[in-house]
Amino acid sequence: MSTLIAIIGLGILCLLLEIFDFRKAIIPISIIGLLAVLGLNISEFNSPEAYYNNMIIVSKFSTSFSALFIVLTIFLVALSHKFHENNQAHISDFIAIKLFLLAGAVAMVSFGNLAMFFLGIEVLSIALYVLASSDRKSIKSNEAGMKYFLMGSFASGIILFGICLIYGAMGTFDITEISELSYSAELPVWFPIGIILVFIGMLFKIAAVPFHFWAPDVYEGSPALTTALMSTLAKVVAIATLFKLLTAMNAEISAEFQTVIVIVSMASMTVGNIMALRQVNVKRMLAFSGVSHAGFMLMTLLITTNAAGTLLYYSSSYALAGIAAFSVILYVCYNKNNEDINNFHGLGKTNPLLAAILTGALLSMAGIPIFAGFFAKLFLFNQTIQAGYISLVIVAVINSIISIGYYFKLILAMYNKEPNEVRTATPFVIYAVAVIAIVLNIALGFFPSLVLDLLA
Amino acid sequence: MNVSLLLIILLAGALITYLSGDKLASKVALVFSLGAFGVSIALLNSLSLGEDINFVAPWINQPKIAFALAADGLSIAMLLLTTALTPIIIFSSFGTEFKNAKSIYSLILFMAFAMAGTFLAADGLLYYIFWELSLIPIYFIALIWGNGDAEDRKDAVIKFFIYTLAGSLFMLVAFIYLYQKAGSFMIEDLYALDLTLEEQTWIFGAFFLAYAIKIPLIPFHTWQAKVYQKAPAVGTMLLSGIMLKMGLYSVIRWQLPIAPNAAKEYMDILIGLGIAGVIYGSIVALRQKDLKKLLAYSSLAHVGLIAAGSYALNLDGLRGAVLQMIAHGFVVVGLFFVAEIIYRRYETRNIADMGGIRKQTPKFASLFLILVLASVALPTTFNFVGEFTVLYSLSQINIWYAVLGGTTIILGAYYMLKMYQHVMLGETNTKPFAEVNFNEGFALVIIVAVLFVFGIYPKPINDLITPSLEHILTVINR
Repeated sequence: MSTLIAIIGLGILCLLLEIFDFRKAIIPISIIGLLAVLGLNISEFNSPEAYYNNMIIVSKFSTSFSALFIVLTIFLVALSHKFHENNQAHISDFIAIKLFLLAGAVAMVSFGNLAMFFLGIEVLSIALYVLASSDRKSIKSNEAGMKYFLMGSFASGIILFGICLIYGAMGTFDITEISELSYSAELPVWFPIGIILVFIGMLFKIAAVPFHFWAPDVYEGSPALTTALMSTLAKVVAIATLFKLLTAMNAEISAEFQTVIVIVSMASMTVGNIMALRQVNVKRMLAFSGVSHAGFMLMTLLITTNAAGTLLYYSSSYALAGIAAFSVILYVCYNKNNEDINNFHGLGKTNPLLAAILTGALLSMAGIPIFAGFFAKLFLFNQTIQAGYISLVIVAVINSIISIGYYFKLILAMYNKEPNEVRTATPFVIYAVAVIAIVLNIALGFFPSLVLDLLA
Repeated sequence: MNVSLLLIILLAGALITYLSGDKLASKVALVFSLGAFGVSIALLNSLSLGEDINFVAPWINQPKIAFALAADGLSIAMLLLTTALTPIIIFSSFGTEFKNAKSIYSLILFMAFAMAGTFLAADGLLYYIFWELSLIPIYFIALIWGNGDAEDRKDAVIKFFIYTLAGSLFMLVAFIYLYQKAGSFMIEDLYALDLTLEEQTWIFGAFFLAYAIKIPLIPFHTWQAKVYQKAPAVGTMLLSGIMLKMGLYSVIRWQLPIAPNAAKEYMDILIGLGIAGVIYGSIVALRQKDLKKLLAYSSLAHVGLIAAGSYALNLDGLRGAVLQMIAHGFVVVGLFFVAEIIYRRYETRNIADMGGIRKQTPKFASLFLILVLASVALPTTFNFVGEFTVLYSLSQINIWYAVLGGTTIILGAYYMLKMYQHVMLGETNTKPFAEVNFNEGFALVIIVAVLFVFGIYPKPINDLITPSLEHILTVINR
């Protein structure tokens, strides 16, 4: 709870700093503040508690995911320094919105009441709509923001409708009570309908097939840093929330519902991967790759043992690889109006370090040892086979093979093509973020138990 | 002496080589690879003294994965092959100027590290990690330092990568399935599993995809010739000399003991595939115009025979297979090195552009001839010992297998000698052929010496591997 308050306080502090004209200090103060918040959050790990009549429930699940979100936000805030170099006047807006977004994210994983859940999702979404269209002179960014807003508010509406039906069925918004009631023999028919509607709305937020159509366009049109945020932070927030919602409210997921999850998961992986193969724009490619990873992460809903730990591990490895990849993309496509793959030609020669980091990030996403992505897939497959879904795992394996095709397209472009420009700039922040993110990723690969056993 | 020391030396070597800069890289890499060879010899010594050289440490609690390295005679034999060939391969590249030399030498050592790990791992998942890890360095070696048009090379290399990775992922699923049954990835626990024939068939099939692609066996060989042709000489040597032995080793170490009944059930098909590879490889090799491609197809023929020997499931077959693995490793590295020596002087791999070299450099011609003869398993060479043992084991199952497999020697002699004739004999070539220098000669002489010494006296290796193979055989026949 104090984490949430501290984050909001930090966001307000950011706005105040602008009023008093300390713009230069905003990013360092935010980073230091976030590190302090991270410490505060970790201190809450071993003291689960409920606040305000179960509005907020701080548990191991919520603190460990919040820690991941805070780490990701630190990276994203650090990257803002370079990204908004030419727009220093509005720097506080960008940073403050990111901090409020983080507050929404933390609320989403620590809710104990559906009202709080909806509040969190709206805070997060509205911040994202603004960030998507934050490059206000670019028509693409405006289009992305508008598209995301229209589609997103539609999804929010569906979620709200679902929540209403659940309330109608159960007479409460409190998820513990809902969970207890859901074991009773006689359930009104609109309880499952409500669950399905909330599920659909959340599938939209995590961009799973068949609700993924917004993702490529919005990812492509948004400023690169926002895309980084959407594909790392926003994605893992949404999947963690969906996981919490379904496990908390509907403890025994019925067989039919499991079939639905299997189908959505298979479809997401397959469609995401096959569409990604055809993309020439790196942001679009990563959008589709994100769709397929959403499919992988949905598999955790079927797992029976240590599902939360597996999801935390998978989302950490995916998000860290994403941060590393996007910091290189920010570097390469800085001051360019597109992110086409030919911008990456010859990066292996002009900037071997960043090329190696991007290669590492992509290898992690593709699931090659010794990167964390491999272990994430291993644990996921292991647990899923244990739960008895061997056919789903085989589809997932085939998809992992397909995904090599597009991840390696980018690697090939970096190493097998001649450079078409000289790159001399060596922005410190981008190097630092990329190196730390990939080192964390590899460290997770070497010591998976650190994260995996947190929620066991 | 502990096996982990070997891995530490190779990994540290890779790192220090990278840090030592382009000028020193090759020498630093050579020193570390020789150090690794020394450690292998010391390990051999420790093993014969009966010391405990294994290394087991818990790694991940849930699922239970251990960092377990274990060495028996078979592993040590493969380690000796790896660590003996790595310095030879590094040494043989001294005459080649590489751009960004520190990276390639570092990658070579890293690959040796991953391959040594594959031969040592006693935990299924650790084994899988090393197996996959060895793929990344060879991918970059072939992609960045390879020859020919960049686009062609890209297609060949990516095909190779996707092929091998696809096969291994099914192996991963098989391992996870086995884990569900055994509750552990440790090799003894997997050996002890009692699986039904149906389960064994599926698991055997998943392993088979991984290994048949890596070895390669027909019909999974389509990546091979192109990659051998496009990769730089060091890459081809690593691939053909050591990496494909990983597949053959894994068949003996993992596939057969874990799913023995499936292997017995499908023995005829498996031996048939191996022998089909022999005949197909030999016939295709006959028609090759590119020296490296010819050697690639000849390699396909030889490994087909080795695989057939392994799948014969008797002691002679396994023993012959391992002996031939080692012999083939040395001979194929020697032959690819010869191709590289010729390329350094003539800048061509096209056999038609060669010829008449022998008169200019008789010493080189003699060494080359010995390698050619060793490759066709002339008695007194190491390859004869291996191929003969394999053919003998095949004849015990069905005489026709031995007859058909024996074509490797007849057809092999035909295409190899024909190749030698076109490359070396004939009118003196108008282009001057500089005498081989000391470095080149030294590497070739070592290879030839190994082939002769163990050809005449294979007992040490035989004694080294037989106890482990007998143990594996008892597991197979449990």
